[in-house]
This record gives sequence, C-alpha cells and structure tokens, in this order.
Amino acid sequence: MTALAPGFVDPPLAAQAVFRRLLDAMARPGMVVSLEAPPAPPPLALAAGAIALTLCDADTAVWLDPALRTAEVVAWLRFHTGCRIVGAAEDAAFAFAADTVALPFDRLPIGSDEFPDRSATAVVQVARLGAGAPLCLAGPGIETTTRLHVQGLPAGFVAWRARNHVAYPRGVDVVLVAGTQIAGLPRSTAVTEG
Amino acid sequence: MSLPGYNFAYLDEQTKRMIRRALLKAVAIPGYQVPFASREMPLAYGWGTGGMQVTAAVIGPDDVLKVIDQGADDTTNAVSIRRFFALTAGVRTTERTVEATIIQTRHRIPETPLTAGQILVYQVPQPEPLRKLEPRETETRRMHALAEYGLMHVKLYEDIARHGRITLSYDYPVLVNGRHVMAPSPIPSFDNPKMHRSPALQLFGAGREKRIYAVPPYTSVESLAFEDHPFHPWKANAPCGLCGATDSYLDEVVVDDRGGRLFVCSDTDHCTTRRAAGHRGAAAGHALAGAGE
Repeated sequence: MTALAPGFVDPPLAAQAVFRRLLDAMARPGMVVSLEAPPAPPPLALAAGAIALTLCDADTAVWLDPALRTAEVVAWLRFHTGCRIVGAAEDAAFAFAADTVALPFDRLPIGSDEFPDRSATAVVQVARLGAGAPLCLAGPGIETTTRLHVQGLPAGFVAWRARNHVAYPRGVDVVLVAGTQIAGLPRSTAVTEG
Repeated sequence: MSLPGYNFAYLDEQTKRMIRRALLKAVAIPGYQVPFASREMPLAYGWGTGGMQVTAAVIGPDDVLKVIDQGADDTTNAVSIRRFFALTAGVRTTERTVEATIIQTRHRIPETPLTAGQILVYQVPQPEPLRKLEPRETETRRMHALAEYGLMHVKLYEDIARHGRITLSYDYPVLVNGRHVMAPSPIPSFDNPKMHRSPALQLFGAGREKRIYAVPPYTSVESLAFEDHPFHPWKANAPCGLCGATDSYLDEVVVDDRGGRLFVCSDTDHCTTRRAAGHRGAAAGHALAGAGE
C-alpha cells in the first residue's frame, strides 16, 4: 500500500480559489482557466482532483469511468472527500472520465423539467486545451461566439452536446480538463465543430 | 485575517460546497431558481441572508467587497454586512464601485457600469416572479418547466386595461436567455436594462425562500412588455439636487414639515464621485450632502 497523496493544505482557502476559477470558467464558457491543484493520483488529472476536493462530499454521488476507477483514485477520493462512488452512470452527480472512446454520456442524469438542476456535472479529461481541433461556442457568458481548441476530445462528443443542448433546460454540464487547466461547457452553450 | 474560532467567511466548508454546487447549476441554467439548503445566519431572514451566503461561498482573501442597500453604502444593513465580511474573511472593503470585485446589493444596481471581473450578488426577498399570481410552489415550478408564462402576461395586460400602462415600478419581471421568467429582486425597473448583456456575473440569493439563481455575463435579460406597450423604466422627472445628475435613479427625500422635498441620487458612490469632480446640483451644500461640503 503506497502512501495516499495529500489533499488541500489549507482547505477553506484552497477550495475557494479553485471554486472561483471554476465559477469563472462556467460563467465564461470556452475560456481556458488554470487551477492551483494539489497532487492527485494518476490517471486523475490534477485539475479534476482539485474539482473533486472542492465540490464533492458525502452528499454527492461520484461516478468514475473504467479508466479512472483504479484503487488509488477511489481510495484518494473516499479519504479526502468522503463521497459515495457509484457504479452506474445514471446515479452520478459528478462523473469523472478519462476514456476517450466509450463514454456513456447519454446515461448521465439530465434532471427533470421541474428540476433541471438535478443533473450530472461531467469532468472530462482531454489531452490539451488551447491546441487541437477548434470548437465554436455560443450562448450565455459569451459575447458573440468564441473558439475553444481541444486536443483529444472523446469520440462523439459534439454530436452528444447537440442532443444535450436540445434538451435545455435539462442537460449535463461539462468541465473539460487537461493537467491543471479547465474550460467550462455548461448545458446552455451551443457547441459546433469548426 | 479572519475571526478566531470561526471558519474563513463564517460558513463551514460542507455548507460552502453545497452552495457552490448550487451556484454552478444556477450559472448553467440562467434564470432558473436552484433550491438550496439555506442556513441560519447571525441576523434575521429578510436582512440579506441569501446574499450573504452567496457572498460567503464566493469570497476570497484577495477580494474587495462593496455592499449597498438601496444604492447607499452607509445604511445599517450595508455597514453591518460589510463589517461582517471584514471580520470573518479579513477582506478589504470599499465604497467605490470601480474598486470592488464583489458587490453585494439590496435593491439597486450601481450607476457606474460594471466590468467583466466583477460579481454582483443580489439579496432577494421573493425569488418566484409568479408567486403573487400562483401561491402553489408545485404549480409555479410546472409553469417554469413548460415555459408557460401566460399568467404573467395576463397580469401585465390587466394593468394596462385598468391603468393604461404597466404599473410595476420595481421587481419588474424579466425573461432571461429567452427561456426563464425571473424576478430581478426589488430593483427599480430603471435598473432592469443594466442587467441585459452585462459583462459582470450576477448571482442571486434568497435565504428565507432557499433559492439561488444567476445571470452569466452577456446574457439576454428582457423586461416583459407588449409590442404596443413597450417597457418604460421609471424615474423621477428631476435632476439630482446635490450633483445635478439627470441620468441616475433618484430618491425623494422630505426635508421639512412644510412639504419641502429634494431628489438625490440613490447611488451614494455615484453622487459623491460626481460632486468630487465638481458637479453641483440646485441644492448643493444642503445638510444631506454630509460633512464633505
């Protein structure tokens, strides 16, 4: 048994700093934002770990895709956040994913018409932000349109986002993560290729 | 730093996580009211507990906080809340709109246009714009789900039928992002146009009613109206007595027992800044202007 990686050194201030950048990223979709993240057990990206430490606790059900469901990641999340790890994507409040081939996007909860907030937030790890294929974004938080370059986007992501956007105000909110960088794609953002 | 014996910014971390999750969902669904487990704060519901909980979840040690109550920085509510966060979060506070990174407000939007880095936190007494028309939460929730806002339009129509115009002068309902009808909190309708495509992030907290909602930057916020009865923001037809401003929202102040009255800027920072720049109104030098004149 290897030693568990540490969490936040000063939880109130560190969580506030991460949350504020995350709020910024979600309020301004497509803007690439850097987080100050403590070490996280690979293959969990540093920023994904920081988001988990900031938002997850005993009240949140966390789903990990097979690529991330390693003993180290599970032990680290359980110890530092006390979150419930669930086996079914349908139960997730937070879904962390690193696999780029077979993500069960359509199985994540999108909320109901009355309570569209009871939906999952997907934290999706990609290879790079700010480089790679361009996505064109429009919607609240964006003055006209903006471009976000992403390398290593999961297969079928744009088509799924189109389905997700049609269900508005229901839908899944996405945070793209690469290393310590993040970019928010809330459900209100229309995503197209190019 | 912060007050010994208390967590940073007063609230415990689990509460902050709960509020932060609600805030992120609120930002993702502009104008939709997210239920949250509102806590008791060390002041009564109705004194801005919702706004304070939002501020506490958002604020960091590098922030500069401004708190206004009806536009004024120097009223009891504004002074107490500003001191509360200076004490519990150790943040710098200001009365200048341009210096603030977070502005908590009761019933006004500052006259100085907000910028991209700023967050405006509204204290909201009644988050449900349809509540006076439909008391049942299950029904209003269904109406929002179906975007069924006919009742609101009937209310506005009846106003026109009875009075010849829409008589709402504050808490004037808005349509956010073309989807959700939202209560802008009891700001004067004069302030409604400032919400539309504002570069600042706008967060709303209703403590007693346990709701959080948000308007992200550059989001469409349209005041409800009819093609033949367009929206008219209401304002007193006078210049500010102290600084002479003709474009700011005014408070009417009774100054004596002989019917004397004075119109002054409701935004004290706006008025002070203008007077410091040499602008003079008809009543310049009046005792209301404070010791500075």
